[in-house]
Amino acid sequence: MTRSPVAPERTSLAALPAPGALARPRELLPAIEPDRRLDDWGRSERVEGVFDATLLEFFYKRWFRTEVEGIENVPSDGGALLVSNHSGALPPDAAMIAKAIREEHPNPRSLQITVEHFFKGYPGFSMLLPKIGCVAAHPANVHRLLYDERQLVLVFPEGRKGTEKLYRERYQLRRFGRGGFVEAAMRARAQIVPVCVVGAEEAAPIFAHVNFMKRVTGLLYFPITPAFPWFGPLGMLGYLPAKFKIRFLEPIDTADLGGPEAVADKALVQSVAQEIRSLIQDNLHEMVAKRKSVWFG
Amino acid sequence: MRWWPSESRCGLAERRRILITGVSSYWGGRLAQALEGFEQAEAIIGVDEREPTRELERTEYVKVSNHHSLLSRIVRAAEIDTVVDTRLVVNSFAASPREAHENNVIDTMNILAACDGPESPVKRFVFKCSAHWYGCEQDDPAFFTEDMERKHPPRFAIERDIVEAERAVRDYAARRQGALVTILRCANVLGRDVETAYERILSLPALPMVLGFDPRTQFVHADDVVHALEHAVISDVPGVFNVAADGVLALSEVASLAGKLPLPILPPFGAGLVAQPLRRLGLRVPDEMWNLLRFGRGLDNRAYKATGFDYGFTSREAVLRFAEHMRLRKVIGDSDDAFHYDREVEEFLRWSPNVRREPSGEPTSEVQPPSL
Repeated sequence: MTRSPVAPERTSLAALPAPGALARPRELLPAIEPDRRLDDWGRSERVEGVFDATLLEFFYKRWFRTEVEGIENVPSDGGALLVSNHSGALPPDAAMIAKAIREEHPNPRSLQITVEHFFKGYPGFSMLLPKIGCVAAHPANVHRLLYDERQLVLVFPEGRKGTEKLYRERYQLRRFGRGGFVEAAMRARAQIVPVCVVGAEEAAPIFAHVNFMKRVTGLLYFPITPAFPWFGPLGMLGYLPAKFKIRFLEPIDTADLGGPEAVADKALVQSVAQEIRSLIQDNLHEMVAKRKSVWFG
Repeated sequence: MRWWPSESRCGLAERRRILITGVSSYWGGRLAQALEGFEQAEAIIGVDEREPTRELERTEYVKVSNHHSLLSRIVRAAEIDTVVDTRLVVNSFAASPREAHENNVIDTMNILAACDGPESPVKRFVFKCSAHWYGCEQDDPAFFTEDMERKHPPRFAIERDIVEAERAVRDYAARRQGALVTILRCANVLGRDVETAYERILSLPALPMVLGFDPRTQFVHADDVVHALEHAVISDVPGVFNVAADGVLALSEVASLAGKLPLPILPPFGAGLVAQPLRRLGLRVPDEMWNLLRFGRGLDNRAYKATGFDYGFTSREAVLRFAEHMRLRKVIGDSDDAFHYDREVEEFLRWSPNVRREPSGEPTSEVQPPSL
């Protein structure tokens, strides 16, 4: 314990330092205690490992037979924000992207997946999701992960609007939020890696929504899919064996956009968000056009 | 504008005259004990309505209510330059809502009023606040930083009081330009004989959990809180700071560290409906705990570390230490060597010419009675 009786040099006469004036250096982040099985976000390597070796392994290799393009676009170190299209009732895309990086990348880094705050309040999900690397999509969480911990973070700017959309609206991107993901990356001086996923729309197609059941169960939405609700909650995992293709696009360096100071420029933020959206949309169209079969690729 | 002569800042000891409010409470007493070893403390005066519960060597106890005119006379007469306010009630079971409000809001205002005014000698004010200031909601960030504002209004009386008390201290800081005001927002405390909500829950035979939830929980060891207060008194660290140990644990992890069986018996919804039957069964979950047991709370502790403060325990170590205390307590029971304050004895020890004051070692030795 160092409780130095000597007052540090500080001549500020302001009563309380202004917000943001406090120093929070990266070096002071708590070290990981070797005896612990969970990290400070609640992530459990053990639970994740079991998931990875069983369910994800099966879906990634056998069921979806995932093909990956451009894995070299995922940086091997430093914070980076992966931005992807989103689809499927219980979206399989996030888990497949995480698995793709673990399988194909020369530096198999773990990926933090941002999810809605809703899941923190739903029994069961609240307990399980943090253990397998999901974090609530709060700007402060994303900033800490990207800037302080220099991790890979996956966001779905479409959010719930993406996973709610019906089968006939597949591969049509929804609005990209309010560009919050661009702001987060700029603040953290992190790269943005756009990601396109083809196959998830067909793996878990939603034919309709049942509003009454949504209210009864308190879920975000209550979809009708080929397996849900017919097989109960497990039916959420009843994916069809569509062929998955994941394409990582070239990273966009937010330092070139002007860094943290440029966040105030809303026009810039919006136009960058728009650009990324159309980039993903164009790539999706190209990938879907090239695809000969939904099931065999 | 300087509040102190320049030579006192470098090398030469800057003498401190310290007033501790709530000296008979756990925190006040422990802080007074800690500061007695601090050489630059020329005078330590503790005020409270109740008698001290801890043995104090040279702290002078004044029995006084928190009325501002009385306090103000003490502050001025003793030329107090540092005031430490440690009385905040942060658990709703520790006091009735009315008492808690009286203590947290009204008394804080009285104490601030006593330290205010153009001829007040107070240059430093240290306020022990609580992480309950942040509340606990579903859409909270995983780590609160000090500059975050709370998005939701306080839910419970105790939270409201804490928010209001801190606002009063901030107003005071804004009013008194030049005074160094430190606010410490402490996470859940675990320690040997401090009573907290988590201490109660962890003392049960099994650890009650909310079904389907495993909240992130952060602790701080009681010793670290005392050191943090000490650090705020000794160093110049104006601002609001989180005081929380490294590491955020899942509640299931806490259960296994403490050797308790996690028992998911609390229902995820309808806390209001089950609170009453549970209370009848002897399990009282304080209102402010329900959300903590579902969503959890984590604090970013880097800002205070950046001022030169080091924690002695991580969250995990705090739980392990607490588990040791619990096991010991099970064997030997609550040791009944509680301190009994006796005014005559204390006065004799402090002032009598017949008490031998040895030139070194004894903390009582060098100190001259402050001239009042």
